Amino acid sequence: MQKMPKWADVALIPLINILIAFTLSGLIIWAIGGDPFRALKTMVTGSFGSTNGWGYTLYYTTNFIFTGLAVATAYQARLFNIGGEGQAMLGGLGVALVALSIDWPHWAIALPAAAIGGAAFGAFWAVIPAYLQAKRGSHIVITTIMFNFIASALVGYLLLNFLKVPGNMSTESAGFPAGTNLPTFSDMLAPFGITFAKNAPANISFLVALACAFGYWLLIWHTKLGYQIRAFGQSETGAIYAGINPVRIVVITMVISGALAGMMALNNVMGEAERLIDNAVEGAGFIGIAVALMGRNHPVGIVLAALLFGFLFQGGSELSLWEGIPRELVVVIQGLVILLTGALDNMVRGPVERLFLMLHKGEA
Amino acid sequence: MTMMRKILGATAALAISATAVLAEPAIIFDLGGKFDKSFNEAAFSGAERWAEETGGSYKDVELQSDAQREAALRGFADRGYNPIVMAGFSFATALNTVAADYPDTKFVLIDMVVDQPNVKSVVFAEHEGSYLVGVLAAMASKSGTVSFIGGMDIPLISKFACGYAQGVKDTKGDATVIVNMTGTTPSAWNDPVKGGELTRAQMSQGSDVVFAAAGGTGLGVLQTAADQGILSIGVDSNQNYLQPGSVLTSMVKRVDNAVYEAFSAGENVMPGFSAMGLDNDGVGYTVDEFNKSLITDEMMAAVEDAKAKIISGEIMVHDYMSDESCPSF
Repeated sequence: MQKMPKWADVALIPLINILIAFTLSGLIIWAIGGDPFRALKTMVTGSFGSTNGWGYTLYYTTNFIFTGLAVATAYQARLFNIGGEGQAMLGGLGVALVALSIDWPHWAIALPAAAIGGAAFGAFWAVIPAYLQAKRGSHIVITTIMFNFIASALVGYLLLNFLKVPGNMSTESAGFPAGTNLPTFSDMLAPFGITFAKNAPANISFLVALACAFGYWLLIWHTKLGYQIRAFGQSETGAIYAGINPVRIVVITMVISGALAGMMALNNVMGEAERLIDNAVEGAGFIGIAVALMGRNHPVGIVLAALLFGFLFQGGSELSLWEGIPRELVVVIQGLVILLTGALDNMVRGPVERLFLMLHKGEA
Repeated sequence: MTMMRKILGATAALAISATAVLAEPAIIFDLGGKFDKSFNEAAFSGAERWAEETGGSYKDVELQSDAQREAALRGFADRGYNPIVMAGFSFATALNTVAADYPDTKFVLIDMVVDQPNVKSVVFAEHEGSYLVGVLAAMASKSGTVSFIGGMDIPLISKFACGYAQGVKDTKGDATVIVNMTGTTPSAWNDPVKGGELTRAQMSQGSDVVFAAAGGTGLGVLQTAADQGILSIGVDSNQNYLQPGSVLTSMVKRVDNAVYEAFSAGENVMPGFSAMGLDNDGVGYTVDEFNKSLITDEMMAAVEDAKAKIISGEIMVHDYMSDESCPSF
């Protein structure tokens, strides 16, 4: 039986979770001698108070939508892909190779080509653990996390020995040609007469991310393949009995998952840095796990959860800039939100469910 | 209406306070964080020294991600902080795009050159300082083999290694210099265990003086050298006190002075290129109560002689970064 209405499950519980997380964070800020309300105000105005703030928030959000979708896709087949970090690193390599290969005449041509490059490299990095899982039974959690380290070493090696500009000290590739520079929100909104901060990093790949979220929804709930993925996830034996090939599903699901993670590079490598930097992913692959958990693996939930984490990242950066709150504490605040929304979800769910049951009884 | 007035009042107050802080300097630390016991911490101590001596205050931030570089630069410049000091060569790309948008703000970049009319680039002659500790190493070595452990394999660290090797070879022509790098990723700056391993490996090849230019990895090198009874050479800050009697000397790089000078000059920072070398005490070697007994009068005379000759131009120390090669290897 339905213990509580759907709106409570989708909106109320995450809201209570965030509220608890923020209360705890506020207490911590208060304990180190800060003003929690001022801190909150700094975070909100820093992320949403100006087009510049929005530009940064949406930039981070774009990263998290891609990695969140990657985790969610794999989760539909009950595969726990925690290799988004490595897949996105390889995606960055793919995007960089495409962007540097020829002198692109226009971004509109470079974007789809780079998307294919990033997706292919990300998918390649996911397909090896998928094959090992499907054929050899090596657990995908172990292999994907190991592959993160291999990816980091591989990209570092290639950057240092092949892609780096001689004489440059930073481990980074050459800058991409101007023809690959993606339009930012400022360029996109100017024709509509809207002025947007021209230096904010949010770019057209945000729209690509939203398109991917829509594509994810279509795939999982409106295609035969999506049905097979979900069936496999619900019951492997049942799926096999129904004639679904488990090897095929595991591999295909992970290919899609890796491709989504790889496409994150469109945003951070091609859109923002416009060159490949060592360790460009900066943990977004792991944040994707929290985003997918919090978004209940639904595209709308993922986009909203990604926005929340985008706010936490941009707001956190503003906190350390203007309030002198050390960056370690900002990580604590981000960690509290992840802990409460992901791991301690049942702590809130139980009491709320009981509350609704009581109310329900009262009506009856 | 009253609400409106309140808001307007608040904005006005904000504007006033924004102009009031006009002269305050700011510093941005790199991803390593300001307490890295090395480069960033040296910059931090320079800023602290300025604050203590002048009673002034400054703004600082430690970055969390690469995308924040530009955000922090623009944020500080927008709010009127001047000058803005950046610790680390990784800021070059971001600064190149930002500097032109804020012609009235002065920027100071340490360890890298950015050619803009309002940027002061401070670079250190690490090869000259390394040459001097190379002279000391060659004279202190009994086996005739000395070694070098670098952090991350980047041209800047090879610049240390090359100057060191030249100093050793100029002093003792038949000496052997072993050079190892800890790794190729930023984690190579903070791997004391591997630093210790490399030290043991170099000892087995005969080395009895090891120079570590490797950030936190160097702490493991110094520790192992002390445990095994050989000599070590510290880097960046004066690290003689870490293992008294075992650290021969430290090749100091006065990042703190660079920050201190920039903060003291305030808005009147002179843009352009500034080389911190032996002549202006930007780099050097250290002698204090912890290593006095290790440095003989003869060594002292030799190293002071080399220093004078480098300053006068009689000795040309090869800069690895000028052509990415080292004749002394």
